[in-house]
Amino acid sequence: MSVTPGWYMILAAVLFAIGASGILLRRNALVMFMSIELMLNAVNLTFVAAGRQLGTLEGQVSVVFVMVVAAAEVVVGLAIIVAVFRKRATASVDELSELRG
Amino acid sequence: MGELVVFVIFAPLALVGALTMVAARNPVHSAMGLLMTLFSVAVFYVSNNGHFIAAVQVIVYAGAIMTLFLFVIMLIGVDSAQDNQEVLPNQRPIAVALGLALLGLVLAAGSQGWVPRGTGSPVNGTIENVSDELFGAWILPFEVTSLLLIIASVGTIALAQFRPRAIAGDEADESAVDGELV
Repeated sequence: MSVTPGWYMILAAVLFAIGASGILLRRNALVMFMSIELMLNAVNLTFVAAGRQLGTLEGQVSVVFVMVVAAAEVVVGLAIIVAVFRKRATASVDELSELRG
Repeated sequence: MGELVVFVIFAPLALVGALTMVAARNPVHSAMGLLMTLFSVAVFYVSNNGHFIAAVQVIVYAGAIMTLFLFVIMLIGVDSAQDNQEVLPNQRPIAVALGLALLGLVLAAGSQGWVPRGTGSPVNGTIENVSDELFGAWILPFEVTSLLLIIASVGTIALAQFRPRAIAGDEADESAVDGELV
């Protein structure tokens, strides 16, 4: 019994669903960001598994780009969280319900 | 056979890490759970012949990004009490139901066949092969991502320079002192 790319796809689908549920369940902005990272990783895993099945290296090149975008997103997102925390002293998104300075 | 053993060991670890991340009250425990999942995914990269991106995964994700997360957790403090109360009624059951519905839909779509039958030629993701691809056909997107990183760095510095001015009347004195210091 050998591991097929479908196994990795199923695992990645489960990880993606857990990440999506985490965004809906948690109110802490930091944990929501971690959920986004988990979803990006699940998608990366599908890229790699599909690239292996198709016999092409472009899946792995896509993973490099996704990692760069994820890094940039995390840096800006955490800076926003820290800036909001300085102003409001909370990391809960429920407290940030008004769109004014 | 070896790949099967690796999968059986690390797939549950990845799932346990992900569930820990969502369920843990303490954000530091969430970060540790995510770290376990990231390492497991790196192992799966290796078993899919992605040696270079497995190294990048460990260095960038498990090293840099998780350190950044832990820094921010320590900076803004671990407050777990706020997460207990829900503002919206029935938020949690609906969220779990939506997550399960998403999983069911993805699995149903995938049961028709995840990936079309490929050429079957083996992929070897060493540094040489990935860089040949990256600096050949993908050179323009690569340069654009460098621009993206510069923009993100500048934006983060701009955000870090931000100081709150007078928020309310009773804080005016303190804010004025802050403004002078800046």
